[in-house]
Amino acid sequence: MTMTDTIPRSRLAPADALRAAGIGLKTRRLRSFLSALGIMIGIAAMVAVLGLSDSSRSDLLAQLDRLGTNMLRVEAGQGIGLGSAELPVESVAMVSRIGPVETVASVSNTDAKVYRNDLIPSGQTGGLTVKAADLDLLDTLQGQMAQGVFLDEAPADFPVTVLGSVAAQRLGIHDLTRRPAVWLGGDWYPVIGIMDTLDLSPDLDRAALVGYGAADRFLDADGIPTTLYVRTRPEFIDDVRGVMAATVNPEHPDQVEITRPSDALEAREAADSAFTNLFLGLGAVALLVGGVGIANVMVISVLERRGEIGLRRALGATRRHIAIQFLGESLLLAAIGGIGGVVLGAGVTAAYASYRGWAILVPQVAVVGGLVAAVVIGVVAGLYPALRAARVSPTEALRTL
Amino acid sequence: MNDVVLGLEAVRKIYPGTPPVHALDGVDLEIRRGELVAVVGPSGSGKSTLLHIMGTLDRATDGKVTVAGYDVSDLGDRKLSALRAHKIGFVFQQFFLLAGESALDNVADGLLYTGMALGKRRELATEALDRVGLADRRHHLATKLSGGERQRVAIARAVVGRPDIVLADEPTGNLDSRSGADIVALIEELNREGTTIAVITHDREIADAFPRQVHLRDGKIEATTRPRP
Ligand SMILES: Nc1ncnc2c1ncn2[C@@H]1O[C@H](COP(=O)(O)OP(=O)(O)OP(=O)(O)O)[C@@H](O)[C@H]1O
Ligand SMILES: [Mg+2]
Repeated sequence: MTMTDTIPRSRLAPADALRAAGIGLKTRRLRSFLSALGIMIGIAAMVAVLGLSDSSRSDLLAQLDRLGTNMLRVEAGQGIGLGSAELPVESVAMVSRIGPVETVASVSNTDAKVYRNDLIPSGQTGGLTVKAADLDLLDTLQGQMAQGVFLDEAPADFPVTVLGSVAAQRLGIHDLTRRPAVWLGGDWYPVIGIMDTLDLSPDLDRAALVGYGAADRFLDADGIPTTLYVRTRPEFIDDVRGVMAATVNPEHPDQVEITRPSDALEAREAADSAFTNLFLGLGAVALLVGGVGIANVMVISVLERRGEIGLRRALGATRRHIAIQFLGESLLLAAIGGIGGVVLGAGVTAAYASYRGWAILVPQVAVVGGLVAAVVIGVVAGLYPALRAARVSPTEALRTL
Repeated sequence: MNDVVLGLEAVRKIYPGTPPVHALDGVDLEIRRGELVAVVGPSGSGKSTLLHIMGTLDRATDGKVTVAGYDVSDLGDRKLSALRAHKIGFVFQQFFLLAGESALDNVADGLLYTGMALGKRRELATEALDRVGLADRRHHLATKLSGGERQRVAIARAVVGRPDIVLADEPTGNLDSRSGADIVALIEELNREGTTIAVITHDREIADAFPRQVHLRDGKIEATTRPRP
């Protein structure tokens, strides 16, 4: 009757449950580590992917901030039916008359070639071009000089050149202190500057630039602009874009092609985020595999430790206590994997971001999400083995040798 | 009546199968407080089955089993676990020590499911290790002990909570005769200090050392030998 209420209950304090859960890990260290590894890799992949995509996005935003999104690139349309489209000579003047336009700079293709020296057979240009450029081109593009000075600081109409970053590399010019020169249009041109990579106009990285005056005097160039770079007041960029074609070429506005180079940078970011999703998916697969690995190890552990289960039942453990112990072990494994994964993922992010010179950003969502995912996996993976352990009959368990 | 620690009345255990095995076939047995009983019988006679039923690890097919005054057929799994945690100590042939733990912690595990705090458990475990003569092996890992020492640790674990009864299944089965004799001496010593103990063995020689012997054959009690008054 009520007499049975006088037996004190079987109890397992939380701290003791944790110790019991840790026993399996302590006695089977290598196996535990290996089974936590799957979770670790999965979480690390996800944290690193999220961290790197955040870091690179913040870098892109900083880049867009620096370069500005208020620049338009205007070219003669190329393609079927557009003929030998060229921009009218007076287009620079026309465009600069549009109210909100701040600066306009143009470049013009020439037929001249540039070589490392006069011994290189003609034709082996390495894909490099020679262009005439306005003196305020660099400012308009928000570009930087890697070395030396831009054309605007050279005496006007002198045969000197400024190289794009790729052009300098291909021409073997790394250092301006010894006043190098390149063989350009059949003459030696001193190199007075090398530009940094131009994010808003990468085609100029492969160009050797000369002033319009020099191009006219020495290279026999026609001076017809091929590309205009137009900075506007930011709030009017769409308005300027709307009237641009008709302003540049009133007779054939359809032959004018207008692009906004900052859009391309943003599009690259969108492509990156597609990759981010792919890698997140791969990380999730790794997590799943890691979870299956833990479940597998736990099932084996339950089989191997039948004797221990029988003993604990004899010592007074209830079925629930046994289940808690094995569930706890699985949770510990997953938590070790989760914490290790977050640390590893953050480390990879930090290493790669600092290699690329980005700000190091490990989003909190990734850290918290990684740990939560690990815990959830630990519970799910441990549930079945724990219930199996709880169902082991004590007498069967004690008969094992 | 009150000093009956363990009582079996017409207990039968039938393992289902074809044909079913009648492992216990109408066993009546009373063990009183302070007794030292040997249950002796040949292999397959039902000794382990009897121990499991006495220890509430298994249920009788029918008959009545009382442990420490409780009729176990009234009790669910949780109450039976509680009974084992507080009232019954076990010793097994295979020792069943936890490999990763020290001797002391293995003994303290005898109190793990009582809800006692770790410090107190270790304190009592220290005393129990003292009682079995292993005070100096306290911090050795279980795996670093000899067979006889392991069984001593297991015995300390069984008595650390001062249970109403200690059930030992072939406690000398894995030991050489020398350590076996030491274990028998230890069991007698603990009994002199007041512990009620039932030892199961197939070894008549060991059984003969104990004051009372219950002879089991084919699931039935054949004879009971009591000490001469
Ligand atoms: N789970 C089970 N299912 C079916 N039969 C069983 C089961 N457990 C024990 N038996 C049978 O019950 C009988 C008694 O077994 P038990 O283990 O109690 O014998 P024992 O006296 O302890 O023998 P030993 O000295 O060899 O340990 C044996 O015939 C055995 O085969
Ligand atoms: Mg047996």
